[in-house]
Amino acid sequence: MEKTINLTLKVWRQNGPKEKGRFETYQVSNISTDSSFLEMMDILNEQLVGENKEPIAFDHDCREGICGMCSLYINGRPHGPDEDITTCQLHMRKFKDGETVTIEPWRAAAFPIIKDLIVDRTAFDKIIAAGGYVSVNTGGVPDANAIPIARPAAEEAMDAAACIGCGACVAACKNSSAMLFVSAKVSQLALLPQGKVEAKRRAKAMVSKMDELGFGGCTNTGACEVECPKSISIAHISRLNREYLKSRLSE
Amino acid sequence: MSNFLTSSIGKKFLMSISGIFLMMFIIVHLSINLLLIFDDSGDLFNQGAHFMATNPAIKIMEPVLALGFLVHIIWSLIVSFQNLKARPIGYKQLNNSKSSSWASRNMLVLGCLIFVFLVMHIIQFFWKIKVTGDPLLAHVTVGGEEMENTYALVSSLFKASLIYSLIYVLGGILLGLHLAHGFWSAFQTIGFANKIWLKRLQFVGTIFAIVIAIGFSVIPLYFQIKF
Repeated sequence: MEKTINLTLKVWRQNGPKEKGRFETYQVSNISTDSSFLEMMDILNEQLVGENKEPIAFDHDCREGICGMCSLYINGRPHGPDEDITTCQLHMRKFKDGETVTIEPWRAAAFPIIKDLIVDRTAFDKIIAAGGYVSVNTGGVPDANAIPIARPAAEEAMDAAACIGCGACVAACKNSSAMLFVSAKVSQLALLPQGKVEAKRRAKAMVSKMDELGFGGCTNTGACEVECPKSISIAHISRLNREYLKSRLSE
Repeated sequence: MSNFLTSSIGKKFLMSISGIFLMMFIIVHLSINLLLIFDDSGDLFNQGAHFMATNPAIKIMEPVLALGFLVHIIWSLIVSFQNLKARPIGYKQLNNSKSSSWASRNMLVLGCLIFVFLVMHIIQFFWKIKVTGDPLLAHVTVGGEEMENTYALVSSLFKASLIYSLIYVLGGILLGLHLAHGFWSAFQTIGFANKIWLKRLQFVGTIFAIVIAIGFSVIPLYFQIKF
């Protein structure tokens, strides 16, 4: 049987990057507990359009938890009160009838607000551009077994590659550190023979870009790992530290 | 190497290395201090303290230790200040108790409290022993060798003052909390961790923190209860 709930929403509204923001309070009623959080936001926006008000700007794309586009800091946690999911996978059954829900954008100097709940995450792209790739001519498809890779390494590289670059790690971190993201992007290549060739240059370039963009440093609180929708392990951060130290000490 | 120490990982590296060094000092310090409660005549502790004061290796390490403290304290302030700048506007609602431990989020607060304790501790013991002197330190002869009666200085403080004893217990607990996060964090920072070792280090770190906290707390409590 379908259940519905009524909610009070406190939403961060900000007209533009340089404008002053503020919280606005909205009421939504008869929200199905089977709907997703973003569908609830859609219902609210329909309501706002009906009242001739500006709808709330928020990021979303695939709505099946793989693109990393949706963000939102809900009730004090990135992607809201559930584990290992993105906001589009968050169900309204996680909320109680009559609850007040606070919705904020990711907060970080490196992620400036564009409008309302949308932040500019191109800083992540800049870090990738600094070295998160393998620069070789790929040519044709090589034989499957031409390069032997141990299964544990393949598995760990694949786990790191699950990162969707949503930025929840930065949002969750008390220092707005991007270390989990950078470590996943360094790990997925450093573990494989194809990526080892440029490992030193990559770790150094990506970390220095990360610092330059104004992300904080890692203090190993572990909050990123818990809030990561793809459960990327902080063991990758230790690998990044190792790769970076190896790179710098061999200069 | 030029900008290594100003990079985010380089700064953490210094915190980690100085932290590991200070942890080694803490182990030595606790080992000697525990002699206080195993010999009520004080001879054992006086001999231990005398050895520490006269041993050439320790004399060399003393300024290095001071440097270790300075680096750990100064860099923690630099790191914290820069991390603060990374989030100019904070969240209205924070619910981070589910994702990280209180100690891990408050290492600076714990560090500052330990620093206050450290200053008091140095004034009470180190300063009196090394610089100003104290009537309680009047020389005694243990095993044919003349030495300062450090035991009298320490034990009389703990016997006389319940407040100071409790402050020292609190100091031990604060240090324990700091190390509960600091121990494994130091190894994580120098890259000595993977999925398996992370769990092992966290386990060992918890045991280490408990041993240090109880070890230091038990000394003032011993004097309070027994005397």
